[in-house]
Amino acid sequence: MSTIEALANREYKYGFVTDIEMEVIPRGLNEDIVRMISAKKNEPEWLLEWRLKAFRHWLKMEEPAWANVHYPKIDYQDIIYYSAPKPRELKKSLDEVDPALLDTFEKLGIPLTEQKMLAGVAVDAIFDSVSVATTFKDKLAREGVIFCSFSEAVHQYPEIVKKYLGSVVPATDNYFAALNSAVFSDGSFCFIPKGVRSPLELSSYFRINNSESGQFERTLIVAEEGAYVSYLEGCTAPKFDKNQLHAAVVELVALDDAEIKYSTVQNWYAGDEEGRGGIYNFVTKRGKCQGRNSKISWTQVETGSAITWKYPSCILMGDNSIGEFYSVALTNHYQQADTGTKMIHIGKNTRSRIISKGISAGRSNNSYRGLVKILPKAEGARNYSQCDSLLIGSHCGANTFPYIEVGNNTARVEHEASTSKISEEQIFYFNQRGISTEDAVSMIINGFCKEVFRELPMEFAVEATRLLGLKLEGSVG
Amino acid sequence: MTPIAAKEKNDFLPAVRLFAKTRGEGDPAWFAGLRQLAAARAEELELPTTRDEEWKYTNIAPILKTPFRQVFDLQLNGLREKDLTPYLIDETRGSRLVFVNGLYSPELSDASNVSAGVAIGNLGAIPETLSGQLHKHLGAYADYGKQAFTALNTAMLGDGAYVHIRAGQVIEQPIHLLFVSSAAEAATVSHPRVLLIAERGSMATVIESYFAAGENRYFTNAVTEVFAAEGASIEHYRLQEESDRAFHIGTTHVHQERESIYRSCAISIGAELSRHALNVALTDEFTETVIDGLYVVAGRQHVDNHTVLDHRKPHGTSRQLYKGILDDSARAVFNGAVFVREGALLTDSRQLNKNLLLSSESRVDTKPQLEIFADDVKCAHGATVGQLESDELFYLASRGIGAEQARALLTYGFAEDVISKIRLRSVRRQLDRMVLEKLHQNLEVN
Repeated sequence: MSTIEALANREYKYGFVTDIEMEVIPRGLNEDIVRMISAKKNEPEWLLEWRLKAFRHWLKMEEPAWANVHYPKIDYQDIIYYSAPKPRELKKSLDEVDPALLDTFEKLGIPLTEQKMLAGVAVDAIFDSVSVATTFKDKLAREGVIFCSFSEAVHQYPEIVKKYLGSVVPATDNYFAALNSAVFSDGSFCFIPKGVRSPLELSSYFRINNSESGQFERTLIVAEEGAYVSYLEGCTAPKFDKNQLHAAVVELVALDDAEIKYSTVQNWYAGDEEGRGGIYNFVTKRGKCQGRNSKISWTQVETGSAITWKYPSCILMGDNSIGEFYSVALTNHYQQADTGTKMIHIGKNTRSRIISKGISAGRSNNSYRGLVKILPKAEGARNYSQCDSLLIGSHCGANTFPYIEVGNNTARVEHEASTSKISEEQIFYFNQRGISTEDAVSMIINGFCKEVFRELPMEFAVEATRLLGLKLEGSVG
Repeated sequence: MTPIAAKEKNDFLPAVRLFAKTRGEGDPAWFAGLRQLAAARAEELELPTTRDEEWKYTNIAPILKTPFRQVFDLQLNGLREKDLTPYLIDETRGSRLVFVNGLYSPELSDASNVSAGVAIGNLGAIPETLSGQLHKHLGAYADYGKQAFTALNTAMLGDGAYVHIRAGQVIEQPIHLLFVSSAAEAATVSHPRVLLIAERGSMATVIESYFAAGENRYFTNAVTEVFAAEGASIEHYRLQEESDRAFHIGTTHVHQERESIYRSCAISIGAELSRHALNVALTDEFTETVIDGLYVVAGRQHVDNHTVLDHRKPHGTSRQLYKGILDDSARAVFNGAVFVREGALLTDSRQLNKNLLLSSESRVDTKPQLEIFADDVKCAHGATVGQLESDELFYLASRGIGAEQARALLTYGFAEDVISKIRLRSVRRQLDRMVLEKLHQNLEVN
């Protein structure tokens, strides 16, 4: 035991609760609740109809059980589906945002006030069910980039929302996507018009604060012809003994020659050492490379959540389009992760690349599950997948479930996977050169994840490296 | 694709009920008892549909659509020894058992040269002296409690092959078990069963062949159980060369004890729809397992290979190489699972599945799978799907080898990776011939 083990057990530093007056709706789920959420957000009729359709479909669906994760049955009637900080006045500028909220985000390392904002990154801060602030909106607007909360987009750009909402992840796609479609509260909306390279990195920061509520946000990013955007997502939650449900939907659409780079550092509360509490992170993320030569790249660093169940996917429709997936998933204690990707090759000469690194420690269970599907029309498709697992300790598990379906003989598909541990020889080699075991482990893990980290925007890469170090503190020895 | 409600469609049950009545008297009590237990399960279990994860890519509907007739009495239908010639293996002369439509044929079998260290014979007529030994193992590994096809096979326990190798015996001459389907007017079904027991420190080579005399439609539902005791070493070949209109569902269960070695090579060339599930349990320390496979399919054939390597104890080593060649609108499925249980430290496992697609209509679904619950292990797997390399073709062209010949050479070379690992020369030759025939290619090979 010792160093790595000591490393992994450090306190979750984002576990505080913000004491703020909240506006909540009664717990439970039925059509009235869906109507209430819609009314709270003052939504147009079509959106309410869309929600209700999703809800009615959800009622008929069964909760999926195929994932390699285990948890007690979720009582969907015991969740609060809408929780928002009480609005003081209609806020026109950041000065009007409740200082308690600004403080919260500052504590999380996301300053929202103009003087302190991270240079080069526009942030949409989401607190429980609503977006509290979006920075650098004006600067983006000058370039024609729309970056705002989802609710705002519904009112201001209904045509765009209507056109793309549900076009990648239909409301009936799966159990959690249908649930989200019925009750989603807020989220981020980005629209990058033709030929524009977003001058800033766009980012959303999600925070769950209420112990009884779930978070159901919805993100939609559309990159028109030749546009480029890099989008970051971060998340934390306070420490509660109760499990909370986070069922988000993310939709990306890339038209001809467009590129979307989506990076996530997921650090939801993971539960304590005994596996009590933590977030159930059941998320549907999907991108559609609709146009020719378009590209969607997912990068994720998954360190939090009691249970992670997500498969950021790419539908490669346009000829020559490219899908990428880079992932580091770290699980410790009693965490469970079943994550991976789907690459659906439809267009000609489409290419995809999957790099997945799983690290399991403690009594956790980490699975990679992926699908590479080459449709008969996808001439010249190419895929390369690599999934490596690192096990720390003898009570954890690492699994790989890659599905490869090839229906075209000009396709070239390769999949490789390996599992190993940090060997005594490796540690010995470091020690012999005067490097402590703790540093050695951290260097080896960083080396193991390097291929993924170098895909992250700089600020995130630093954060991710630090996060891994913190999470693993004390799990090696 | 609507999965068929299997329960009503299980046409095999009347035969099961009838079968129990035709036998009984002569069988040892435990044998009849096992059959009875399995028959009860067969009544309850539903046949798999594509909704079952294990059968996701293989739809057995065509099997269920065909009415099959169960043969209760041996009928050779004019089958003679010379009809078997293409399938016989020189090295096994005087050491073969032949089953026709699942029934033992003493006439075609020839056990004149079997060494004293081994007993081979018909499960339907177990000698008193072996009854205890076979009782211990028959039905102990192939789980008829969960798998519908295994339950059916076990419920039809009668004729079948047993091979019992005595402790410490090294059997030089390989043993050949042939399962022939012979022409009959109506489609027939058979449930071949093999039990292979290698006692402590023994060593032997066994070949299982499945083929047909004629182009008829039939269904083979085979189950093989292999037990390798401490220090035993088994080489096991499985050659599936059924008729192009046949259905073949095969299941092999292997139980390895301490320091045992199991090497197998499963070849699938025939059948319209075939599946072979190979499950190896490495139940003690220091076991060694090598499982190879080759499937070559064309036309509208569908071939499915499922393997499970279950590392339960430390220091197990496993190697796996499955290769497939697909032409026309053939389909192949590969699912290879490797489990490393908690505590199975120092496991070293490697798995590779490679597929060569020769035509634009062919299709492969492959799923290598690792489930690991121990940290000090080395496990790797890989899967590839591709076509012939254009630079390789170019290289051969630059040496004056025509396009057709070059393709034949490269395709043959792809298969040869697996075939060349087979230690019996006659098996290699037989396979070379069959693979080339299958791909309509002419190549002089030695």
